[in-house]
Amino acid sequence: MRVKLGALLAVATTVVLGAPPVAAQQPVILKVAITQQIDSLNPFLAVFQSSTEVGRLMYDYLTAYAADDQAVTEGLARSWESSADKLTWTFTVPEGKKWSDGQPITAHDVAFTYNLMLTDEAARTANGSFVTNFASVTAPDDRTVVIRTKTPQVTMLALDVPIVPRHVWEHVGSVKDHANDRMPVVGSGPFVLTEHVAGQHIKLKANKTYWRGAPKVDELHFVYFQNSDAAVQALGKGEVDLVNRMAPAQFDSLAGKDGVTRNKAQGRRFTELLINPGAQTRTGEPIGDGHPALRDVRVRRAVAQAIDLDALVQRVNLGYAEKGAGLVPPVFTQWHWKPDEAQQRRFDPAAANAALDAAGYPRRADGTRFPLRLIGRAGRAYDEQASEYLKRSMGDIGIPLDVRLVSDNQLNEATTAATYDLAFSGWATNVDPDFVLSLHTCAQRPGADGKGGTTDAYFCDETYDRLYARQLSEFDQGERVRIVHQMQARFHDQVPAVVLAYDNALEAYRSDRFARFTTQPAQGGVIMAQNGVWGYYGAEPLQRAAPAPGSRWPAFAIGAAVLVALVVTALVLARRRRATAGERE
Amino acid sequence: MRLAGRLGGAALSLVMVAVLGFFLFRVVPGDPVVSMTRGRPTTAATQEALRAQFGLDRPVHEQFWSYFTGLLRGELGTSFTFRRPVADVILERLGPTLLLVGTSTLIAVGLGLWLGVRAAWRRNSALDRVTTGVSLTLWAVPTFWLGMLLMMVTGDLFPSRGMRDTDTPPDFLSQALDVGHHLVLPSVTLVAVVCAEYALVMRSSLLEELHAPYLTTARAKGLRDDVVRRRHAVPNAVLPAITLVFLRVGLVVSGAITTETVFSWPGLGLLFYDALTGPDYFLLQGLLVVTAGAVVVMNLLADLLHGVLDPRVKVV
Repeated sequence: MRVKLGALLAVATTVVLGAPPVAAQQPVILKVAITQQIDSLNPFLAVFQSSTEVGRLMYDYLTAYAADDQAVTEGLARSWESSADKLTWTFTVPEGKKWSDGQPITAHDVAFTYNLMLTDEAARTANGSFVTNFASVTAPDDRTVVIRTKTPQVTMLALDVPIVPRHVWEHVGSVKDHANDRMPVVGSGPFVLTEHVAGQHIKLKANKTYWRGAPKVDELHFVYFQNSDAAVQALGKGEVDLVNRMAPAQFDSLAGKDGVTRNKAQGRRFTELLINPGAQTRTGEPIGDGHPALRDVRVRRAVAQAIDLDALVQRVNLGYAEKGAGLVPPVFTQWHWKPDEAQQRRFDPAAANAALDAAGYPRRADGTRFPLRLIGRAGRAYDEQASEYLKRSMGDIGIPLDVRLVSDNQLNEATTAATYDLAFSGWATNVDPDFVLSLHTCAQRPGADGKGGTTDAYFCDETYDRLYARQLSEFDQGERVRIVHQMQARFHDQVPAVVLAYDNALEAYRSDRFARFTTQPAQGGVIMAQNGVWGYYGAEPLQRAAPAPGSRWPAFAIGAAVLVALVVTALVLARRRRATAGERE
Repeated sequence: MRLAGRLGGAALSLVMVAVLGFFLFRVVPGDPVVSMTRGRPTTAATQEALRAQFGLDRPVHEQFWSYFTGLLRGELGTSFTFRRPVADVILERLGPTLLLVGTSTLIAVGLGLWLGVRAAWRRNSALDRVTTGVSLTLWAVPTFWLGMLLMMVTGDLFPSRGMRDTDTPPDFLSQALDVGHHLVLPSVTLVAVVCAEYALVMRSSLLEELHAPYLTTARAKGLRDDVVRRRHAVPNAVLPAITLVFLRVGLVVSGAITTETVFSWPGLGLLFYDALTGPDYFLLQGLLVVTAGAVVVMNLLADLLHGVLDPRVKVV
């Protein structure tokens, strides 16, 4: 009896606490799970992907990328033109667009935002690279913005900079100390930020006066999950409506689940294997401790040739990826480069062995040539599985691999300091390929003190750099695409890194509550992490949405039942005890 | 005089913690500025400006001096990640942690001591065997696994994350009930894991008292079994458990990293984890000072309380 009471006590004390808050579900709410914290709501400081995504919902950019094909389309500016020398760009902000507080959006807001970034170091924290080439930004009238650049800049229609309302921000004393949390936050996007509880959730309300038309949902809630398994479970239970960034196994676990629709989309990310090509600083000083053999491009090619990319995609990505080649994933159709017959590097361990022999690295008596180190991130399933696979591949060509899986910070430190032979890495790419291409120019290598670099693979190649400079000022789209393809071919040929796979973006949503989401691009595109806000903006609730499955009434019932049981047990016990006490005395 | 010594000792520990906190976290690998700008097109000039803004470009002894003098003025600096004062960031996470770890510690202490006493008093009974077996099993189970398992088997009954739903009405009652509802799974997980410690400590220390002559005397006086246990045996056996409880209460503030991670509970444990991935030096230093401070203070209290509970321990 007493054992039962103890157990009951334990359960009851906790269960009884769980009673049902009154469900008031009149407004249509889209609940989205996010697994990354929000660092800042200040669009000039926010660097985390999650914060950028929320920022896009609050503030429109000057231009946008269309949902169906990611082509440049109207943002705050409706039209634009450039001068013959391509140094002056004139954008027209049409009449009729309004901030969420009813004030008109004008060219002065745009000029104010860019000038704030030009004059205030802190305002350049998140998006500073977009304005480094700006000479001046002016607004001669309410409708016209004139941007003058120092040199012709081909990315002028891809300025991913949130435009802020001048009438609010001109009163901000210090950008670096401004939290931007006075709710509701005045913005121009389809949703207005109304609440942020750190580490818990973010709430946005539909901007009914949004210039493209009001969104179809009333509220958009982002709820924070530290644990992606819990997020997937929460989708299954109906606590959230939309989840992304799922691992292949998590995605598979939702197959055939009632009320849940999965979306396997072409992603913006690729996974790569860095091969230290003999890292040097910007001034040509050697840095790090990469294996000297890898300075020989023939050795790097042999390493790449010994990896079976198809098998990696099938076994490690479980088929949820495409085999890698160039730096731009296939989702960006025109920039994506596919090696032709001659450029193709086929999986061929025998040829790789022969190439290493020819390069002057014969097998020694024990069958090995030289050892290499591979560094990856502990706890990332891909690195754990792919490293085992690579161990075998490298073993086949006489290279014993010493695998070290470390924390995110340690991995970062090793790749920054070039203290690696092979390392796992990866990038998310943008609509315009400039950024991901720029990571591999000589100028991105660190200074003499080893700091200030953003290089990805310590690549430095004259041909590549020349092509990079050319594409940056090539305004003929067809020609620029051709150059960008050439650059990727050069990168592929010189192998400072092997692009292993273009990861699919794995998402799922409650299709018993939402009929449709706008994907970008229309075919095989993503709902979340778009280059835009179409996924949330275009969310269409079902006419008769199923009641939220996560109803709390059963919990209340259990709580009440346990409480009653507890009281009865206590009474019985007390009576029994009084009886025994009487008997004993 | 002894009291002054204790207080001085505690103060010295706090200073050591503050000094250690500064150097300890500087050894954590990683460059905060690189973390801050990861995945962004960043110029070298921007990186330099960030370094200067957070004072990371200054010599270490200068950084230490400004940290230490700031600490004396009660300033903990600005978090790199959240771009806000460290004290604010810690304060908003303190409440949830106190609620979760406080509630579960209370339940675990009560339940653990109760079970420990019963198990020892009826040694080798069914209750004893079940208590010891279950406690040891739960003590050995990985918290992460237990949490996920509870989440799965309870199905729709309890929420999987956080402290509140986003669509709960704003009135106090609804909010309170909602928080209670969210509290169930994480606190059951925590109780299940730590309860064993109290039960086993209580059981073993009571077992040592069982054959003491004064219990025979008490029984010979004709006292009831319950009274012998409550009035005579337990007060003498409870001291080791009290020490343990106070050690634990000190740790309440530091949160429960694993449980908070499984259930995305917005507490200090989770914050600590996030800060380490920066590494967010100022936030880490602040967290260490606050959490270690709590342990030092609780230990001091335990010392003083011992004197009250057990006259043999002389404090003053």
